[in-house]
Amino acid sequence: MSWITKTLTSSIGRKIIMALTGLFLCTFLVVHLIGNLQLFKHDQGAAFNTYSHFMGTNPIIRTIEWGLVLGFGFHIFEAFALTRRNKAARGATGYVSNHSEQNSEWTSRNMGILGSIILIFLIVHLYNFFWRARFGGLDKMGGDNPETRDYDNLYMAVVSSFHIWWYVLLYVAAQISLGYHLWHGFRSGFQTLGLNHRKYTPVIKYVGYAFAVVVSAAFAAMPLYFFLFTNDQGDLKAAIASPIMHAVASAF
Amino acid sequence: MAGSNPNAKPMNLTLNVWRQAGRHTSGKIVEYQVKDISPDMSFLEMLDVLNEDLLRKGDDPVAFDHDCREGICGSCDLFINGRSHGPEKGTTTCQLHMRKFSDGDTITIEPWRANAFPVNKDLSVDRSAFDRIIQAGGYVSVNTGGAPDGNEIPIPKEISDRAFEAATCIGCGACVAACKNASAMLFVSAKVSQLALLPQGHVERKTRVENMVAQMDKEGFGACTNIGSCAAECPVGISLENIAILNREFLAAKATSNNLA
Ligand code: HEM
Ligand code: SF4
Ligand code: FES
Repeated sequence: MSWITKTLTSSIGRKIIMALTGLFLCTFLVVHLIGNLQLFKHDQGAAFNTYSHFMGTNPIIRTIEWGLVLGFGFHIFEAFALTRRNKAARGATGYVSNHSEQNSEWTSRNMGILGSIILIFLIVHLYNFFWRARFGGLDKMGGDNPETRDYDNLYMAVVSSFHIWWYVLLYVAAQISLGYHLWHGFRSGFQTLGLNHRKYTPVIKYVGYAFAVVVSAAFAAMPLYFFLFTNDQGDLKAAIASPIMHAVASAF
Repeated sequence: MAGSNPNAKPMNLTLNVWRQAGRHTSGKIVEYQVKDISPDMSFLEMLDVLNEDLLRKGDDPVAFDHDCREGICGSCDLFINGRSHGPEKGTTTCQLHMRKFSDGDTITIEPWRANAFPVNKDLSVDRSAFDRIIQAGGYVSVNTGGAPDGNEIPIPKEISDRAFEAATCIGCGACVAACKNASAMLFVSAKVSQLALLPQGHVERKTRVENMVAQMDKEGFGACTNIGSCAAECPVGISLENIAILNREFLAAKATSNNLA
């Protein structure tokens, strides 16, 4: 083994890969979230479908997408490699009595479980939206606009998926897991990279908490919004006639 | 007892103690009763009472590690009621006193658990993996010849204070015992940052961190996931900042050392 492979397979090297890919995935979440906010426009999906058409066809985006695949790939691979190594390090005999809740946070001790829930979600999510958008299976938008007529109608796929109760449940559960994963992961990533400073570490910690809550709540709001407030065409339900409910729903 | 608190009432306790005959045998929890324990006793003195009882009955006394009994050697490695060195923050087992417990309590006592710390017997564990990590790089080169003048190498007070904080690690292994991953990174980071901060440590700065981390991995300790149990349980308060320093030192050494292997 060369010094490079030795470095990258050492305990610290693997952790550095975890941290770099984890923080890279955080930047992806920001882009993904901002793009998906188009779902909340009341325009029968015109803006969202235009955006997803751009994301699916732009050569620069398509290239960066490979970076994302590698980012997820390495993060997940190292997650399993490290979790296995750490399990072995603990030894075959466990404690009869272990009160780790008195010296650490639950989220910090359960990153593997939280990540695995995200992974299950990811597989379902990719199949349902990404796979169908990229490899066919979606209706066209249609309509009068010659420019958008032939775009895939991903919006309708989103709307119909988000009217299936177990689907909404899976999404919300996954976002809660993601929130907890980031609650620990955001600051942990900086610490792993050696970016610890008496002045900035407390700031990073609270930015991480805010990031975890805002990102996961915003993603979870999408399935909940369609499930609770819209009909199967994505239009606001007539039942939300009361002006207050209407204001709440359109505030999303 | 001279100097003891006259109001302190003696306690009766139930102990659940891990008993294991040897390294390659299996063990189990055995229940014992101890009576008339003074709240002024240290935890180890309470175990001495148990062992005197056992010896009187002709039973095998409980093996446990201890040496200085004043909180400096790091030998007294007991996992008490689910915590390294018991419930009190910032103490070793020898400095834990029975007044932290109440009459009638049940106390569970186990050895440190980690693949790299095999159990010798009962509560005594083999922590020589730590010695091998220190041998791999936890030292400095010293010139032979006349003793250098004490103030010859100027070191800023702030730096010497931080190095001293890291140097207070007593090598007890409470960090490994408490960590879900049985990671030794708090221990290794304390030594690496102590010597990286001081000019005397600069000769071996890169090889030290490379070799100590390699030895740590070879001994089978886990990889830190920044849970923080270690620092919370450390009897001398070694902080997680040291692990960040360790990671920085390691990356810098790997990127710039002349070691191609
Ligand atoms: C969008 C998805 C994800 C994001 C943004 C993310 C983010 C992060 C971040 C920032 C860290 C901290 C890195 C460090 O401290 O070194 C981390 C750690 C971790 N992640 Fe993820 N992750 C994601 C998905 C996953 C998945 C799918 C898995 C598992 C299959 C997973 C398992 C883990 C594990 C085991 C750790 C180690 C805990 C630690 O070292 O702190 N993650 N993740
Ligand atoms: S870092 Fe703290 S807990 Fe770990 S060996 Fe040193 S003194 Fe003990
Ligand atoms: S016996 Fe030396 S520190 Fe406890």
